[in-house]
Amino acid sequence: MKLITDSQIWKSIFRHKYPDNSRDQALAVLSNVFLHLHPIKVRKSGVRMSFTWCMGGLTFFLFLVETITGVLLMFYYRPVVEYAYNDIKALRDHVPIGIMRELHRWGAHLMVITVWLHMLRVFLTGSYKPPREFNWNVGVILLVLTLLLSFTGYLLPWDQLAIWAITVGTNMARATPLMGHEGPGAAFIQLGDVSLVTAGSDVRFGLLGSKTVGAATLLRFYVLHCIAVPLGAGLLIAVHFWRVRKDGGISGPM
Amino acid sequence: MSDTTENSRRSFLTRGGTGWALFTAASVAGLGMCVRFLFPNDPFEPATKFKVGYPADFAASVNGVVDKRYKTRGVWIVRNLDGFYILSTVCTHLGCTPNWLEAERKFKCPCHGSGFYATGINFEGPAPRPLERFKVSLAPDGQLQVDKGKKYQQEKGQWEDPASYLAMEYTA
Repeated sequence: MKLITDSQIWKSIFRHKYPDNSRDQALAVLSNVFLHLHPIKVRKSGVRMSFTWCMGGLTFFLFLVETITGVLLMFYYRPVVEYAYNDIKALRDHVPIGIMRELHRWGAHLMVITVWLHMLRVFLTGSYKPPREFNWNVGVILLVLTLLLSFTGYLLPWDQLAIWAITVGTNMARATPLMGHEGPGAAFIQLGDVSLVTAGSDVRFGLLGSKTVGAATLLRFYVLHCIAVPLGAGLLIAVHFWRVRKDGGISGPM
Repeated sequence: MSDTTENSRRSFLTRGGTGWALFTAASVAGLGMCVRFLFPNDPFEPATKFKVGYPADFAASVNGVVDKRYKTRGVWIVRNLDGFYILSTVCTHLGCTPNWLEAERKFKCPCHGSGFYATGINFEGPAPRPLERFKVSLAPDGQLQVDKGKKYQQEKGQWEDPASYLAMEYTA
């Protein structure tokens, strides 16, 4: 054992002794790229289930579950009108572990619930107050990204429910102020007599890739669901954890 | 402090300012290109103006016969004894596509249950206004021509507009 822990390879990876004292415990956290986002020390109250409900941790766990199951699903699913619906059925009928999509789906539902409960806990314990007000705002954006992940994932099965749910949902984008062609102010954005914000150029068109939910929309929502939103969420999660540490760790009971 | 021409405060500010201005302009241009990239020049959508056949191809009745052949193009063609009008297949509630139920003589939306008469007038469910109508005319070759680019809304009194229907008495 000593031979291993004294070897150059071991020492090049671990820059501290076994963390049985405060100094090495701090080093263990600080010298690890993943753990450095975490507070070096956590108050005893901070790990009490009745105080935190562990909802932030569960949300992060579910984010990891969604990432892993989602990447696995990507090996089979093709975001093309001809294949999408049948690929979803094949994931149940012709692929081993036919519940992978269900895990992804139920994980998504659970994640929305845990995010809300996490917010409720943070609100009830007053943990949104200074100096944590910035982190509350990061959290609100993360809530929106969680809902956007659910919304973009909703279309991918490409069944009737998906198509019409996204049709109804994206119709709201028509009424976006200035950027939606039925929204307030859009009529005033003109070049001479030519209206610049129309059904073929407004924010909804950009989201759908066409005027109605179709092949372009399926591909767009796939890219948003698998790349754009998860990347944004991943970055903000890192900021969120880092700010917990920087703002004084998990808040104490009032 | 040396104030040579090569390294004066003035030249530093000029160069630095120009540099930042160029960098900002390039960033904005790059971002603009990324946004513009997402709006295709041609989304390959079917033409909004198209012919749907000769008037004699359509059956008629007093209250109107609903022709569903062009539903995938987003229109129902209704023929009554006085002429034609074109109904949009987009539900005025949240944009789903209703179905024509011949037995009940109504358009019924599967999403939230809105119902419309053959005229397009809403009478049940959450739909706040009647279905929209489109411009219909006779093409030079005698076929009916639908123009989805021009719509007529009943609640605005636009169904009175002569272009919103095609007067043509039915002769069997």
